[in-house]
Amino acid sequence: MARYEIFVTYKQGIFDPPGATAERALLNLGYEGVDSVKIGKFIQLEADADQAAVAAMCDKLLANPVIEDYRIERVEE
Amino acid sequence: MIRFAVVVFPGSNCEQDVVWAARFLGHEAEYVWHGDTSLEGFDAVVLPGGFSYGDYIRTGAVARFSPIMSEVARFAERGGPVMGICNGFQILTEAHLLPGALLRNKGLRFICREVALRMEESVCQWHDIAPGTIVNIPINHNEGNYICDSETLDQLRTNGQIVLRYAEPGGAPNGALDDIAGICNERGNVFGLMPHPERVVDPAVGGTDGQPFFTAIVNRIAEVAG
Repeated sequence: MARYEIFVTYKQGIFDPPGATAERALLNLGYEGVDSVKIGKFIQLEADADQAAVAAMCDKLLANPVIEDYRIERVEE
Repeated sequence: MIRFAVVVFPGSNCEQDVVWAARFLGHEAEYVWHGDTSLEGFDAVVLPGGFSYGDYIRTGAVARFSPIMSEVARFAERGGPVMGICNGFQILTEAHLLPGALLRNKGLRFICREVALRMEESVCQWHDIAPGTIVNIPINHNEGNYICDSETLDQLRTNGQIVLRYAEPGGAPNGALDDIAGICNERGNVFGLMPHPERVVDPAVGGTDGQPFFTAIVNRIAEVAG
């Protein structure tokens, strides 16, 4: 059984409303150094599957390739 | 008599309104459970609004794998008319039956109100309203912020696939690209829109601007059948 951590984020150039709102809120709170906030999804997956199979799961269901990128990291036990 | 199939997913909540609207206008309409695998005997398919599978992962992401969806894709491939309203539109984009995607509304607010929409010159088979006409139809969604890449947008414009746009002061209330409220495929038989035409068919409850979205397709099917 392998453990994976998957990060799903919007593609470059796709407007991210929650990220933009958080960015504005941080600036309003006085955190002047804030330049950009992007909010995505974090998925923990345990499966008897190799990296290619996990990528297929992402392409088919876990991410929407039209709007999202994903990064898969295999977690060592 | 034209028969509408109205697909019910777990979490759909506008299917009764769609069936009611079709019947109000004198057509036959039946519910089809998402687990069914046949559209035998139906002339047109509507994917209604709601929150299929609780909108988990992404809106429409799970519903697109429902057993009936392979049949909806085959039906569309054969030229059968398919309309997705709100969550139905989201499902059609996830299923790649329509291009692009629907993101969370700009401003993060769920929007539920009537909006003005401008009908565009398009190849859409689902209505016969003159281009430039303004119609008033309610929207009711959290993810209606249409997006696609610039190449796709060019194709939508060139092919007459942009069916209607928000015509509100300040543009699209949800931030949709190019004020897009509804699009169709190149053939014009698959149509998705965020507004809810089924809610404005009876003058007793809000207006009749939604009627053409049910009657035009019926007339067209009847013409084809001769």
